[in-house]
Amino acid sequence: MLRIRADLVDEIVAHARREHPNEACGIIAGPEGSDRPERFLPMRNAAADPDYPGLPNTRIDPETGEKIEELRFGDTFFIFDSKEWLAVHREMTAREEEPVVIYHSHTQPYSEAYPSAIDVESALEPNAHYVIIGTKDPVRHELRSYRILDGVVTEEEIDVVESYMFAHTGADDVPDRD
Amino acid sequence: MATVSIPTILRTHTGGAKTVEAKGSTVAEIIADLDANHSGIADRLVKDGKLHRFVNIYVDDEDVRFAGGLDAPVKETSTVTILPAVAGG
Ligand SMILES: [Zn+2]
Repeated sequence: MLRIRADLVDEIVAHARREHPNEACGIIAGPEGSDRPERFLPMRNAAADPDYPGLPNTRIDPETGEKIEELRFGDTFFIFDSKEWLAVHREMTAREEEPVVIYHSHTQPYSEAYPSAIDVESALEPNAHYVIIGTKDPVRHELRSYRILDGVVTEEEIDVVESYMFAHTGADDVPDRD
Repeated sequence: MATVSIPTILRTHTGGAKTVEAKGSTVAEIIADLDANHSGIADRLVKDGKLHRFVNIYVDDEDVRFAGGLDAPVKETSTVTILPAVAGG
């Protein structure tokens, strides 16, 4: 289960709405081993940059079964800007943090808030909660969370709380400092 | 020896170590030396002779994808950072 503060959910939603129809992406960092998302870190989607060359991709047309060769840009693909990601990674390491949540949005009319083949292939953080926000509906968004390990996707519940201090957790849980 | 920063996903290969030392004057040589000491790690980084598309390798502050790829030079004093690219569709 992902337990997450309501204000952080609001940040994810606002970021995804701002970037739509491009995919938004980012991290919520927390103390190593805490499983507690605390610090909201929206990241630049390099695939949405005008000079991005496009990700070569092959997919199967669900109607005809034909192979389609395509290039993916920011509206169907995200990739952290590599320079920004190195800087953020170093900062998290110095603060003894890890990415507790890795989020991105799905914006296309046909896409559900469920991990795509590329999402599964590229999911390389075994401890992270992979959050997907669907923004195809202009009013109602869809927010779902997954664990992705060795190509296996497991959906999990999301428990939105006002503060980690009052949320029911284990006996060894450390209360929030705020 | 260069210092190599290992991401969480690959620490099973390094006995949990976050950083290890490796010998080599290019990224390719560093990877070969890593693999000699931490078997299986090269397969996670390189596919068909090219850097895996969802792995970033940096020599100091440079992403090698934009600076020579696997032939990018590495100095004795360099820090090589391996990171998952964090990408998806
Ligand atoms: Zn996705």
